[in-house]
Amino acid sequence: MKYLDEYRDAETARRLAAEIKRSVTRPWQIMEICGGQTHSIMRFGLDQLLPESLTLIHGPGCPVCVTPIEILDKAMAIAARPEAILCSFGDMLRVPGSKSDLLSVKAAGGDVRIVYSPLDAVRLAREHPEREVVFFAVGFETTAPANAMAALQAEREKLQNFSLLVSHVLVPPAISALLSSPDCRVQGFLAAGHVCAIMGMREYEELASKFQVPIVATGFEPVDILRGVLDCVRQLEAGQIRATNQYSRCVRADGNAPARRAMEDVFEVCDRTWRGLGEIPSSGLKLNARFAGMDAEKRFAVDHLKASESELCISGEILMGLRKPHECPAFGVECTPDKPLGAPMVSTEGACAAYFRYRRNKRSA
Amino acid sequence: MDHTSKPPEMACPLPISDYPHVLMAHGGGGRLMHQLLSKVFYSAFANPLLDNHHDGAALQIGDGKIAFTTDGYVVQPMFFPGGDLGTLAVYGTVNDLAMCGARPAWLSAGFILEEGLPVETLTRVVESMRQAAQIAKVVIVTGDTKVVERGKCDGVFVTTAGVGVIEHGRTIGPTMIQPGDAVILSGDLGRHGMAIMAQREGLEFDTTIESDCAPLGEPVQALLEAGVDVHCLRDLTRGGLCSALVELSGQAQLGVRIEERKIPVDENVASACELLGLDPLYVANEGRMVAIVAAEHADRAVQTLQRFEVCAGSRIIGEIVKDHQDVILNGVLGVDRVLDMLSGEQLPRIC
Repeated sequence: MKYLDEYRDAETARRLAAEIKRSVTRPWQIMEICGGQTHSIMRFGLDQLLPESLTLIHGPGCPVCVTPIEILDKAMAIAARPEAILCSFGDMLRVPGSKSDLLSVKAAGGDVRIVYSPLDAVRLAREHPEREVVFFAVGFETTAPANAMAALQAEREKLQNFSLLVSHVLVPPAISALLSSPDCRVQGFLAAGHVCAIMGMREYEELASKFQVPIVATGFEPVDILRGVLDCVRQLEAGQIRATNQYSRCVRADGNAPARRAMEDVFEVCDRTWRGLGEIPSSGLKLNARFAGMDAEKRFAVDHLKASESELCISGEILMGLRKPHECPAFGVECTPDKPLGAPMVSTEGACAAYFRYRRNKRSA
Repeated sequence: MDHTSKPPEMACPLPISDYPHVLMAHGGGGRLMHQLLSKVFYSAFANPLLDNHHDGAALQIGDGKIAFTTDGYVVQPMFFPGGDLGTLAVYGTVNDLAMCGARPAWLSAGFILEEGLPVETLTRVVESMRQAAQIAKVVIVTGDTKVVERGKCDGVFVTTAGVGVIEHGRTIGPTMIQPGDAVILSGDLGRHGMAIMAQREGLEFDTTIESDCAPLGEPVQALLEAGVDVHCLRDLTRGGLCSALVELSGQAQLGVRIEERKIPVDENVASACELLGLDPLYVANEGRMVAIVAAEHADRAVQTLQRFEVCAGSRIIGEIVKDHQDVILNGVLGVDRVLDMLSGEQLPRIC
């Protein structure tokens, strides 16, 4: 497959892995931000190609994992209403809220639909004027522009029955919060390439300089990830720290201006609670005053719902990179993809699910 | 953190796999479905024949042996590139019989029709069944029709049962699998699942993906007639290659080792899977099987299968091992990983 096979080439991957081995002279901890990268690492066994002294820490970059339990409860409360059609990306459906999940709400009669684009939800609103169509808008800077486009389209069409349940999160404040934590072990970051494709490199240059930590915009295929790791390692070894771009086929320094404009038209920055990490200031997006009328939390009066997380689950430590999934006492025992205790086990992109799926024998090993 | 001092509170997202309602995921061919089968059906109906957990039952009748199986068909959309509800209803049951090493012979067909269904639609489905039966060399010998009120079913639901003749003395099933056996895959993966998904979700790709829906009775008979020491056969339906191998490995209490490089996936199917974040190893097929045969017969088995168009892509993808009981995939970069059954349905990923 064009644009894929060349980035999965075994020979290139081996050459890069050997180059990384040659470059590493002492232990380093590098965090890949994005859940998609974690999955590639697990699926292709990239960590097994790396020297032992190099540790990859799996970051908080899975939108499904970090969506707070409260928002899930709100989504379920809305989906249970007879007039509502709740539209969501597929893997949000299995995420446990405090008591249930959207799949169960669907089985009990709630109208929950999987969509592939937020514009599909706008189309549903157009086709069903008698129903209330709600789009469950989660994700990072990658999904926010398309969700903003949906809001803009609904506004243009004057659709009165379309609203958004918004829980968008932003990457740089999370990196900043991680690096400000006294427990932080991360010495370098692989930034999520598709986020950089929207936002550009500026925020990362500032972070790299402020915290003196290398940040490498990295893609998602094995060769991309190994290139990112190599760049990061070389910077660490040489002590020359900056933000760099190893995903130049998609990322431009100034990002995607029209996409950012759409985001700015619809959303404004807010404080946001991350599942497992707690509240991070200015780390989320919510609808701005112009689009306040499309806020599903207000429309369905669910903004009062509160919920707290499991005591058993150590997803916070997992997402902070303090522990690996298989180091959790519940991993593979009380907590499996069939009965997830916490979100990183639910999403296919979650670190725990990736470990379970690809490294089930790790615990006993 | 002290896990023992404090009981988990009600707010915790605790195990909810004991779902009080049936979820769509219970039909996905993954772990939840197996849980439902064990908890509800296997325990209630337990008997030595059912306990084999095979695609059908092999029954001794006098001196002869037959295979018996049944399956329900509820596919939406009813018509898709490469087939329709009717072809599935015939080939699906034919294939289950073939997996018992039987020559498929007779089928029954039960129809549940929704009030308001255009007769023309029903006629199209029935005509497909007629043609499919002719191709698969089976006869539909009995049937039943019921009509339910509008909204109580989705157009047409078809249930077929089938009887096949077992014309040899060998036992074919998971318990016959031996360490060292070759694992043969009969063709490329994921066509049916992606054809359905593209149609259902209105996804447009440059090329139409056609379902692989096809009967496997003749290739299986040819294997047996060629004297291949066939130990186990399994068609790859819901849950795909991966779920089938995990299931077989569990039943045989042996490990499976396969190589990703040897597993063919059509480029269009692979692209569609990439786009949706799906893994072709878990996507449904309707005309593919794995044949687990004695290693020394593997080449002959592949050559025999390749004579049939539906199995032209047959190849050895791995072997049965005894040093573990996992399904291990040696990936394209040469690194091993454990393959597991999915919990429920494969859900498209967010980004």
